[in-house]
This record gives sequence, structure tokens and C-alpha cells, in this order.
Amino acid sequence: MQDIHARQIRPPFYRDERVLSLLSQIVVLGIVLGLGLFFISNMIDGLSEKHSVAISFDFLRQTAGFDIGESLIDYSRQDTYARAFVVGLLNTFQVAALGIVFATALGVLIGVMRLSPNFLVNRIAAIYIDVFRNIPLLVLLIFWAQAVFLKLPQVREALILPGPIFLSNRGVAVPWGVPTDSWSAYLAVLGAGIALGAGVALVLRERGKRTGRMPFIPLWFLGTVAAVGLVGWLILPQPLTLDRPFLDGFNTKGGQVLSQQFLALLSGLVIYTAAFIAEVVRAGIQAVSKGQREAATAMGLTPTQTLRLIIFPQALRVIIPPLTSQYLNLTKNSSLAIAIGYPDLFAVAGNTILNQTGRAIEVFALIMGTYLSLSLITSLLMNMYNQRIRLVER
Amino acid sequence: MTTAATSATRSLPPPSERYTILGWLRKNLFSSLFNTVLTVVAVAFIVFILQSLLRWAFTSAEWGVIPANFNLIMRGRYPAAEAWRLWLVLYLLGGAVGMIWSLTTRQIGTALLVVFVLPFALMLVPFFSWAIRLNLLLVEVIGIGGYALGRYLPIERRGRAIAYLLIGYLILMLVVLRGFGEDANTLPAVPTTLWGGLLLSLLLAFFGIALSFPLGVLLALGRQSQLPAIRIASVIYIEFIRGVPLISLLFMGQVMLQLFLPDGFPTIDRVLRALVAITLFSAAYTAENVRGGLQSVSRGQHEAAQALGLSGYQTTMLIILPQALRAVIPVLVGQFIGLFKDTSLVALVGLFDLLGIARTVLANPDWLGTQQEIYVMVAGLYWIFSYMMSYASRRIEEQLGVGKR
Amino acid sequence: MSENTAVDEIIICQDVCKWFGEFQALKDVSLRVKAQEVVVIIGPSGSGKSTFIRCINRLEEHQAGTIVVDGIPLTRDVRHIEQIRSETGMVFQQFNLFPHLTVMENITLAPIHVRKLKKTEAQEIAMSLLNRVGIPEQADKYPGQLSGGQQQRVAIARSLAMQPKIMLFDEPTSALDPEMIKEVLDVMQELAETGMTMLVVTHEMGFAREVADRVVFMDSGEVVEVGTPEHFFTNAQQERTKTFLSQIL
Repeated sequence: MQDIHARQIRPPFYRDERVLSLLSQIVVLGIVLGLGLFFISNMIDGLSEKHSVAISFDFLRQTAGFDIGESLIDYSRQDTYARAFVVGLLNTFQVAALGIVFATALGVLIGVMRLSPNFLVNRIAAIYIDVFRNIPLLVLLIFWAQAVFLKLPQVREALILPGPIFLSNRGVAVPWGVPTDSWSAYLAVLGAGIALGAGVALVLRERGKRTGRMPFIPLWFLGTVAAVGLVGWLILPQPLTLDRPFLDGFNTKGGQVLSQQFLALLSGLVIYTAAFIAEVVRAGIQAVSKGQREAATAMGLTPTQTLRLIIFPQALRVIIPPLTSQYLNLTKNSSLAIAIGYPDLFAVAGNTILNQTGRAIEVFALIMGTYLSLSLITSLLMNMYNQRIRLVER
Repeated sequence: MTTAATSATRSLPPPSERYTILGWLRKNLFSSLFNTVLTVVAVAFIVFILQSLLRWAFTSAEWGVIPANFNLIMRGRYPAAEAWRLWLVLYLLGGAVGMIWSLTTRQIGTALLVVFVLPFALMLVPFFSWAIRLNLLLVEVIGIGGYALGRYLPIERRGRAIAYLLIGYLILMLVVLRGFGEDANTLPAVPTTLWGGLLLSLLLAFFGIALSFPLGVLLALGRQSQLPAIRIASVIYIEFIRGVPLISLLFMGQVMLQLFLPDGFPTIDRVLRALVAITLFSAAYTAENVRGGLQSVSRGQHEAAQALGLSGYQTTMLIILPQALRAVIPVLVGQFIGLFKDTSLVALVGLFDLLGIARTVLANPDWLGTQQEIYVMVAGLYWIFSYMMSYASRRIEEQLGVGKR
Repeated sequence: MSENTAVDEIIICQDVCKWFGEFQALKDVSLRVKAQEVVVIIGPSGSGKSTFIRCINRLEEHQAGTIVVDGIPLTRDVRHIEQIRSETGMVFQQFNLFPHLTVMENITLAPIHVRKLKKTEAQEIAMSLLNRVGIPEQADKYPGQLSGGQQQRVAIARSLAMQPKIMLFDEPTSALDPEMIKEVLDVMQELAETGMTMLVVTHEMGFAREVADRVVFMDSGEVVEVGTPEHFFTNAQQERTKTFLSQIL
């Protein structure tokens, strides 16, 4: 017995597992922190020598003194840099939100076409995907801006589509609804419609749980909202009047003019991202095994029922995580707006504000912080979603 | 249809309709009313697109802008007197591709034929001079030579041979392109400010991949490490980089990289700054993709290697990484294609890559208004290279899939 | 205790304890195995028998107690861990062959990289081992092309290529189809006859009866009973042992 325990002496430290593991961590951390410190101290040295200014975000309260082409909120050159930053941020949100909606619609359409048994439809989708996945987004954006929208005729000879929609190199003028006095009342009606729809959905869900035959709830919800909206529209005296654009000398008047920069950015983002979403959708649907389909058919479910009850819920699980990352990509890619002159977050901050103030560190910290928090929030939500799905599976 | 196979005693020939054109048409295009409507709509769509495209390409497009600026598009402002060095690099590339090909696959597939035919196809481009055609022929010949040479290498050394070949090629290429010094007699220096066009785009992609790949693998291993400090450091890096757009890193590289370095440090040229940004960016994505592969290798593989007495390093290099990387080849190639496409962003920080050069051509008063032609050509060039990469990856995937998994 | 018996006992485990979080998987497990002895460990699933033999080559770290293998104490000393691992071979339930390497490469990998043998030398050894386990014709195939029984035999050959003094078997036949179990057990029996020290976790009672020198019964992390096969299958003393045996025999 004695000799066993006698040999239990501690090994020399350079052969001790725990010491080695601790040591390697310290070394790696040391290198990382050392490099970081080296860079930062260089930066601080350089700054104090050349500019003799400390890092500070005070400049955000100074007057910006530059114009921004389009803005969702009131903005003039007398406003502060902070407000200019917010204008850029809102523009990013706007193009990203619209881009996500349209890219999803187009992407799902093409993804489903890709699975069509019809040879031609299938081929068209395949070619679309192969073409747009292999061209840089930036080239696509510049192409849209310079080779399409800029090549449109001048306003006087604008292409007129029914609506009327005027296509010219200044942008696209479309008819636009102008709120009247009853608009706020109508919004209230719509709100009530949504509440009613939610109520209907809840009731149906409870009943579905009881009977085991779950109705297609999103359809009922949308149907209810639409019905209420329609009734409200008919009862209230014209909540919106249609403002049609018209030609007036060298310009269009009335309606809403969508700038060519905005449209080029939006269409580029949508067309490009749709190709990726289509692949996500296709892969998701194909991931539901053939066995599932066969089992459903064997149980006597109709093709529609199979799709709704078996394929769709399973495919959605596969689709949603990569789809979210496509949405994030689209949002980050919207920073390419700088190439075509649309004033998004990056163009306003990383270009104009940076050039005017010269405060590189602060500006980049703001920009990166904003994009970073966007994607961290998204991945947090994504993790929660995945967690939920996993719990359901067990 | 459902009762077709009830009697199995006598095997009947399959219904013949499957083999006739009419049968195929009926099955694939006109199987139902809905399908027929789809077919009609699709045909109309295709006719419309093709008609507009062809009409534009053959009547209104002014293609003259491309041959007139061909050298600029290919190599930017790389001096014409030194252009032979680019050809030298291409010869070497031909040899390397041929050799790697014969090392990775021992049979001649259609993909090889495509590569084989490529230089010949390029020789047919109408506005190429005879000098260009001759050079292309040389590339072809050297490529075939490399292929033949590769066949004599023993197959078990091929992994190492490919690695050495690639590294050797990268170094040699850099030396040839960059040259030695301002007043060197052989190979005078060509500053990177003169590099441009397709040359610069391909170089950025090439070196971006070559540099970001090892960094990404290290980060992936770091993220899977048992040691918390290393894991956390890797996670922070990866999540930070993946959370911000590449363009912000590129701008930061141009504006701030020099700030991070000590005072007397020599100025880093703009191309290198862009390359640093691209590499740091791409490494984070490589890391995430490789991590997927690492997770797909079962715990038992670690244990078996440990039980055999392999060290941690040996386990990683011989057992875990080969399996992990093989599992993620398609994803990695997809990401490399992304990187190649992303190099176009350097045009926004003032470099004259393929896209940047296109913009300077358009600034030339002689070629005002040729945006459509120029950008279609630029997009086409990007497309060809990206598509070739994805095609090659599918082939490699098939090759590796046979018998090995 | 004289120096002689200490070396004669090639594996010495004294009061080994192991926890997974709050759960105690091993409770003061003690076992001494003499050189050339074949010890079979049986017990219900979750009884800690796999955990125990995985502690012996440090796939799991024991938190209390002493393990000495061939005179080398198993501590946090990385050199000792290396030495012990190079002297013990292990065969797993799921084979754990390296799927990206051929059978030959699987077997020669460790001799080349750990023992630093020349490749040709390692290949000669591998070929003779493949002959011994009866599948020399499969040398150039990949594991995925072999049946389960063949894969497990390759795994045994792979361990033997390191010329270990001790072989650990962790349920080597549990993942096999019934018709393949015998071919693996036959290889193991031949190995035992050559005088290899073997520690085998298994549910194959036939193997235990015929080949084992001693049988160890474990339950809930404890060694309940140790004895010769005859003692065990005819005259078990402990109530828990009898219950277990009655359930499986």
C-alpha cells in the first residue's frame, strides 16, 4: 500500500496537465492583450502627437452643416451630427425592411419554382439562382444605378406606366395615398380588426386543440383583418385620397417620388438576396425526407394537407435559421449604398461625418457598434427560437 | 399506374412513352392544365428576355469599348514593358493547375476537359492578337506538362505535394509580380499602386483565401478549445467580425490601420491594407464554417486517437481536421466565392480592381454612356470565375464522396 | 509489499472515485490485475464499468484514489499519461476507426507518428496483424466499406500495432449484429491465449465463462463481487449479483 501512495508526489510543473493548460491560456491571452495594448498605445500616442485631442463623442452635438438627400424625419443642415446619424440609421432600417419583405417574396417564389416538376419553370429558377449568386452585389447595385435607372429618359420624356407611374432618370413617381381627416379613425378601425383577428385566431386555436383539427390560422387571421379593413374603408368617408403624379414642365408633381438611388439599392438587394433565399427555401423543402411525404400519403392525407400539416412545419424549422442570416446579410449589405449615393447609416457616418470631423475612432465605434448590436440582437432571438424548437422536439 | 406491377412473373418492357420526345414533353410540360399554363407563361417569358437581350447585344450595344480598354481591364496600369511577367505567372499557374489536377484525380473527367479546352477557347476571342494566342498556347502546353509530371509523383505524398506546390507558387508569383527593387536590372519593382483590373481582383481573392484559411482554422479550433480563455477570445473575435459589414472594415483599414502601428513604421500600401481587412473579415466566416465540420466529427474519434497515444497536436492534424475540412468543402468553396465577389468592394476605397478600373474607363470622355456594356462585361467576368469555382467544388465533392465516407 | 509483487500486478486501482457533476459514477473502486490475466467486468448499464476502464487510460480523469499501470502512477503528469497510453490499447463499442484513412493507414498511423517506426516497418507489422485477425485482403479498403465485425477486428489490430502490454475492451460486441459477434470474440480469445493482459467490459457471458481468469461484478459505481468464473456462475455470494445473473442468464 505504502509504495502506491508514495508515488503520488506532484509532478514537476512543466509536466502537470493543469499547469500546462493554465499556462497555455495565459500565453494566448498575453499575446492577444499584448497586441491589443500595443495597437491602442500606438494609436493614443499618434493621436496626442498629431491632433492633441482625446477621444470624445462631444462632436455629435455640433451642427452637421450638410444636407441629406432623403430622410424619414425632419432634418436640415442646422441639425446636429447625432440627428444626421439617426437619419442614416432610419434610412438603413427602411431599405432593409422593404428589402427583406420583397426578397422573401421573390426568393420563396423562385425557390418553389426551382422544385417545380415543369421543366421550363424549373430551369428558369435554376438559371436565376446560378446567375445572381455568382455576381458581386456591388456590381449589381452599380449596374442598376448606372446602367438602368440612370439610363431612363429625362423627366419630359418619362416612361409612363398605367397608374400613372413615371419612370425617369430622376427616380420613379408613383401615386400615393394622402391621409384625410378620417385617416386616424380608420387606423383605429384597423387596430380593432387586428385585435378581432387575434381573438378569432385564439378561439380557433383552442377549438383546434380540442378537436385535433387545427385550421390554417394565419389565413383566418388575415381574412378577419382584411374583412374589417374593407368594411371600415367602405363606411368611413375616404380615409385616403389618391394623389396622382403628373408632368409639370421639367418635373413631376404630386404623388410620391422614389429616388433612383433608393430604387437601385432596393432592387439590387432584393434580386441578389432572393437568389440566396431561393436556395434556402429549396434546401428546406427538400430536407423534409421523402419518407415523411410517403407516410402522409399512406395515411390518406391530401396533397394540400400533406403540405400544410407535414411538409411546411418541418421545412420551416430548417429554413428559419439560414433565412435569418440572409436577412442579416441584407441589412449589412445595405451599407453598399455608399457606392450609389443613397444616404444610409454608413454613407452618412462613415463618409460625410467622418470627412467633416476627422474623428475616425469615434465614428467607426458608432458604426460598428450599431451594426454589431443589430446582429447580436438577431442572433439572440435566433438562439431563443432554436432553443424553443429543440424543447418541442424532445 | 398503380396496378402496373401486380404480376411479377413476366417482366414487361417499361411503358414506351417515357422514351419518346412527345412522352417527355407531356410528362414535363403538359401533365395538367396548370402545368400547361405554366409552360406557356414560361415560354413567353423566355422569348421576351432573350429577344430583348439579343436585340440589345447585337444592335444597340457598343462593344468596341472592351477591346479598346482590354489591357486596362486585365492588368490595370501594370507597365506594358513588364507584362511578360504576368504571362510568366500564368505559365506557372497552368503548370500548377495541371499538376494539382493529376494529383487529386487519376481519371480524366469532363471538368478536366473544360480546363483543358479553356485556353483554346480563349484563343478564339476575335480581338486577341497573335501574341496573346501564342502565350495562351504556351500556358496550355505547360499545363499539360504539369499534368504529366504529376502522374509520376507517388500518390501517398500528394497532400504534402499539393501544399508545397501552392505555397511555392504563391511566393514565386509574388516575387515575379512585385520584383526586387527600384533599380534592379532583372525584375524591377512594380509598385502595387499600378496593379489593377482583373489581375488585382484575382490576386486579392487568391491571397485573401490563402491567408484567411489558416487563420480561420485556428479560430475554429480556438472556439472548440477546452481552455476557456482561448475559447472566449475566439468567440469575441468571430462574433465581432461577423456582426459588421466588410465595407466598414475596409474603410477602417484605410483610415486607421496606420494609426495602430508605431510611429516609425513604414507606410503600408493601400492594397495591403485592403488585403488585411479582407483576410481578417473572411477568417471569421471560415472559422464558423470549419466549426461546423469540427462538430460533425464524433467524440469517439478524439478518444480513439488519445487511446492510441497520439498527442493533441497529432490528433488535430491527422484525425480531426482532415475529416472536419472534408465535411465542409462545399460550404468553404461557397465562402471563397463570396470572398472573390467581395473583393469588388475595394473599388470603394479607391483601388483599381476590376470594378474600380471599369469606373475609370467610364470616366474617359471617349466612352461616356457605355455603362451597360462595361458592367455586363465586369459581371460576366466575375460570374465566370465564381461559377468555375462552384463547379470545381461539386466535382471535388463527388470525387471525395466515393468510397471514403 | 515487495517490489516484485508490485510489478507483477500490472494494474493497481485503489479507492478510485469519479463524479460527473453531482453524480458519483465510481465509489472507491479497487482492483488489482496481474500480468497476463484476463479480467471480465460485468454489470447492469450505468453501473460505471465503462467509466472505470476509461479512467485507466485517462479518457476520463479520476478525482480520488490511485491508479498505477505497469508501475507508472497515473497523475496529472502528462509524461506519465503518455507512457500509460502507449502501453495500453483500447477497443471501443463503436469501433472508432478513422473513416478518412484506409485500413492499412488506420493501423500504421500510431506506430509511425508515436513510435516513430519507418513506414515499411509499420506496414509489415500491420499486415501480420491483419493476418492474425483474419482480414489481410481488406488492407486497402476504407472502414465504411467493411462490415461491423470486420471493422472491430481492424480496431483490435490497430491497438495491437502499438504493442501494448494491456488491452482494454469497452463493450466490443455491443454494436454488432448477432452473426458477427463470434468472429470478434474468437479474435479476443486467441489474444488471451497469447498471454495478453486484458480488461474486458462485456455482456457476453459465454466469453466470461470460457476465457476470463476472474470476473468482476459492478453495480452503481461499486465493485460488488470478484471471483473466478466457476465461483461466479455457480456460487455467487451477493444478492445483487444473483439478481443480475438471473436476469440475463
